[in-house]
Amino acid sequence: MSGGYNFAYLDEQTKRMIRRAILKAVAIPGHQVPFGSREMPLPYGWGTGGIQVTASIIGPDDTLKVIDQGADDTTNAVSIRRFFARTAGVAGTTRTEAASIIQTRHRIPETALREGQIIVYQVPQPEPLSRLEPSRVETRRMHALADYGLMHVRLYEDVARLGQVAISYDYPVMVNNRYLMAPTPIPSFDNPKMDMMPALQLFGAGREKRIYAVPPYTSVKSLDFEDHPFRPLRAAHECGLCGAADSYLDEVVTDDRGGRLFVCSDTDYCERRRADGHVGRDGMAEAAQ
Amino acid sequence: MNGEALLAARGLRLSFGSVLALDGVDVDLWPGEVLAIVGESGSGKTTLLNVLSGHAAPDVGVVWYRDPSGRLHDVHGMPAPELRRLHRSDWGFVHQDPRRNLRMGVSAGGNIGERLMAQGARHYGNIRSAALEWLERTEIDAARIDDLPRTFSGGMQQRLQIARTLVTHPRLVFMDEPTGGLDVSVQARLLDLIRSLVSGLGIAVVLVTHDLSVARLLAPRIMVMQHGAVVEAGLTDQVLDDPRHPYTQLLVSSVLQA
Repeated sequence: MSGGYNFAYLDEQTKRMIRRAILKAVAIPGHQVPFGSREMPLPYGWGTGGIQVTASIIGPDDTLKVIDQGADDTTNAVSIRRFFARTAGVAGTTRTEAASIIQTRHRIPETALREGQIIVYQVPQPEPLSRLEPSRVETRRMHALADYGLMHVRLYEDVARLGQVAISYDYPVMVNNRYLMAPTPIPSFDNPKMDMMPALQLFGAGREKRIYAVPPYTSVKSLDFEDHPFRPLRAAHECGLCGAADSYLDEVVTDDRGGRLFVCSDTDYCERRRADGHVGRDGMAEAAQ
Repeated sequence: MNGEALLAARGLRLSFGSVLALDGVDVDLWPGEVLAIVGESGSGKTTLLNVLSGHAAPDVGVVWYRDPSGRLHDVHGMPAPELRRLHRSDWGFVHQDPRRNLRMGVSAGGNIGERLMAQGARHYGNIRSAALEWLERTEIDAARIDDLPRTFSGGMQQRLQIARTLVTHPRLVFMDEPTGGLDVSVQARLLDLIRSLVSGLGIAVVLVTHDLSVARLLAPRIMVMQHGAVVEAGLTDQVLDDPRHPYTQLLVSSVLQA
């Protein structure tokens, strides 16, 4: 832990302000609460909102896992984990069930979260209606009056033009049958995991200065039509390394002759399956090399 | 509020600074009735429409609306969510400029379906067939259901706006110069369409227009406004054939005889 900084970088009054916003957000599931976002030592878009939420809830006894697109070993994930190791001295982990706080970008871990855990999402755009209604005054009014016909118009347009809803990430959800919420750019594959999740879900948008939350065991429903029900998207393959048929896959181009490798985007999940002896088709080749 | 009036206003008064836009206006509208409000520019017609529909609040006076269950609502006293609900179900608003009401980046079908979806319709097939039905009723080619309104002509946009407004079968529609800005032959077709839809569905309409022939064609009852006050009101034929107030006489005599 390096000196010169307060515990977890932010000063105590700032943390207090953020905790107040979090409490309000938890009390009104899905509602966006404004907060005084601080300048952080990383650029907007790299998780300034998530890092502030994490900083204000983390304690010395916490264990932190940070994932970026499902991976624990990418630059963003490694830097944020190291940031908290240096400013708060907390232990880091890559194991989902060992973590008490999980800060994430673009994924929810495959391993089911349990009670007592907190998942913190980094949010680029908290307003689900932003692409449809440019005025924030108007979108706030629409949230206040639960006037969400416009969001369904977008789904209607997709079905009319493409025969299906073509939103594959940041798929809009209804929280607690009241607030329309942007689930952040997680794949629609992960949306069902948010519904009735035992863990607390917190969302921080640093640039847009909004915090929102989904308390444990709250209903989160993806919008759909009765005759075009919500379908989570997943590549129709098995993980090349661990053979998992139920996890979300990344497609990796391996050469310039059309070679493709599908692997679990959740690196922790994939590694542990391989440690347990599961082997996928390409896993054999990897072992042979 | 007497009898079974659908909408009633009493003693509406509203001034913008020193300009008196409404000066003690009373309105009664019965279910299924079409009422025309005529007068020159600046006479307070549109202001009256905005006040009646709850978009603007009067300084003095009250507007009552009777809902389908017979309960009376004070339009300016009801909570904002309730007024909003009224506007997207029981009421409709047709603007002179269809672009104010239409979503130009959304297909014709989506425009028609929006009010249905706002009311909770969640069956794509039903929304789609309602949109097709209303395109047909407003004489728009069904093949254009997935086209954007910006590719439509002015008359078609206006008809699309009417389809989008009437799809939820409102009981009361406010129309602000619905035929303004269209050429004469398109106007005639549109008037025909409005007349048949309104009488067929039994919709009550408050129609603001400066065109006396539009009022004569659509509205059995008329109110003539000048300087924010109603100077003459009654049956349209009576008022226009035998105007009593000097201002009405001037209006009627200034229409060019073709």
